[in-house]
Amino acid sequence: MAPVQIRGTVLTVRRVDAYHALTLVAPAIATKFRPGQFITVAVGGPETSMLGRRAFAVHDVRPDHGGTVEFVFEARGPGTRWLAALRARDTLDTVGPLGRPFPIPRDPSSCLLLGVGYGSAPLFALAARLRERGCSIDYLLGGESADRVFGALTARRNGRSAAVVTTDGSFGARGPVTGLMEQIIREARTDVIYACAPVPVLREVTAIAGRYDIPVQASVDVPMACGTGVCMGCVLPVTGTDGITRIVRSCVDGPVFRGDLVRWDDMGTIPFDALGAPGWAGPGGYGGAGSPSQGGSGGMGPPGRDSRGGLGGIVPPGQQSHAG
Amino acid sequence: MPADMRARLGQAELPNLVLAAAGCAGAGRELAQFVDVARVGALISKSIMAEPHTGNPAPRLAETPSGMLNSVGLQGPGVDAFLQRDLPWLLSRGARVVVSIAGQTIREYAGLAARLSDTAGVTAIEVNLSCPNAEDAGQLFALDPQRAGSVIAAVRGSARYDIPVFAKLSPDVTDIVAVARACVAAGADGLSLINTLLGMAIDPATMRPVLAGKYGGLSGPAIRPVAVRCVWQVRAAFPDVPIIGAGGVRTGRDALELMLAGASMIAVGTEIIHDPSACSRVLKELEEELASIGADRAADVVGQAHGRIPRGLAWRA
Repeated sequence: MAPVQIRGTVLTVRRVDAYHALTLVAPAIATKFRPGQFITVAVGGPETSMLGRRAFAVHDVRPDHGGTVEFVFEARGPGTRWLAALRARDTLDTVGPLGRPFPIPRDPSSCLLLGVGYGSAPLFALAARLRERGCSIDYLLGGESADRVFGALTARRNGRSAAVVTTDGSFGARGPVTGLMEQIIREARTDVIYACAPVPVLREVTAIAGRYDIPVQASVDVPMACGTGVCMGCVLPVTGTDGITRIVRSCVDGPVFRGDLVRWDDMGTIPFDALGAPGWAGPGGYGGAGSPSQGGSGGMGPPGRDSRGGLGGIVPPGQQSHAG
Repeated sequence: MPADMRARLGQAELPNLVLAAAGCAGAGRELAQFVDVARVGALISKSIMAEPHTGNPAPRLAETPSGMLNSVGLQGPGVDAFLQRDLPWLLSRGARVVVSIAGQTIREYAGLAARLSDTAGVTAIEVNLSCPNAEDAGQLFALDPQRAGSVIAAVRGSARYDIPVFAKLSPDVTDIVAVARACVAAGADGLSLINTLLGMAIDPATMRPVLAGKYGGLSGPAIRPVAVRCVWQVRAAFPDVPIIGAGGVRTGRDALELMLAGASMIAVGTEIIHDPSACSRVLKELEEELASIGADRAADVVGQAHGRIPRGLAWRA
């Protein structure tokens, strides 16, 4: 359904451990929302010097006040700090719902919902939708530390199982979030995995799931500036069902992608076999001539210092220190 | 009474003078979710190339104070897909379409102009000269008056006579009037001022350039004073050549400033990223600005900041 641009009225901004949750009265967005979709907001007020919109996965929508939308973020740059300082009755330029939602299985399935940091936020609305279809839900939530695991209580309350992993061991098991994945897959006889996490985690999740032949629906966290498809900033290489790799926009073609179709190892590059790649159609274009293909997947740097990340969690250590 | 906002673009009469700038309106469909494209003065397409083009790797964007750096690298579907898919859709929605073209050789530009001339519904061609010249070690056409003029001459020679050709100039030159002069002499019907300024951002945390393409085009309100200066200088030199003013327009007041400098049409660019309904909002704000100064016609304020320009000094092609 088509997105709308509205001035939403802030209902609450509350602290949730290391993060903030902002609830907005936005009936036109709430009624159209499907789990996995996101919104963008303009930050800094009318004279702002921050031109990029900030994108956040929708955590939840509720019917009160005609329809509210909640999103979760970490205040780590000037834009998100501005958001955290908003108060009830302030207004916020908001666009949504944007992007493709999570596909829902036709038949009751065993679903593993994996989230890292506040990237877990969109999983709970998804779980509600999955339960309507008779699916069983197992959660695997991760974060650097106890205060960076989002929604563990909710997960324990409404999941068939809920496992928590932290990097420092302050909550649940210690280690990478993928460490427990295989055990859960085997015990829960998982049919499908939904994952919202930083790109390196999604790559690992997809690799493990591939060994068990389990499909992954991955919500990809790449920096966005517009959220509507005009700026071409949030691109990544994705193979189509026709076998052709295209450079697609996460905001309109995602943010949810089939994990096995994303070329995780080629993130941040233009694969030579992509449709329209330099070797395919001649030398490169403006501003990038001569450097069309950079090796490695490093430097998924954000457009702003907020390293927005609302679409699935924390930016890996070492890439967030410029978050100010 | 609201001011008359109409503008002439060659043979076409635009219902208003606020346009969507190249590369900021997507293929039109993205924008149409938020504004009625039939009520945008004209939509300038993303720069179209002869073949599909992936553009540059990510990261492609960096936010800077009141600005945005981009090195998208002209990602696009190529002219065939544009003509089959995007242009018919825009026309079906009642939009007026200015097609921005980009090439790596003069031949490629000329070929694109010829292709577009076979098609109904192209209101004008905007020639994006900020492309690396494959025959000149990747030097941008826009940086050299002679090369820029050669492209415009080739495009003007290939385009149907009744399709106006606008040259989009780069501000990254010592003398923009010299480039403008070459383009007008080569047959440009008008000029678009300005394209982005080349800039760069380095991330102190990684100690590396933020953009994968290293450099990027700087746009947004940060560059508006440069746009005003360029429009002013070119208008002073060529008072009869229509100018599409672009560069950091965020409000109706910003649009009015560029008009006073000499732009008869205004293109809204980066602000669309910040506010998807920017085109209709800027138009409304501009109407209010004109009403507040008592102007009956938008055209009356164009170039007013210059006072009277002695006609004898006007350059003639």
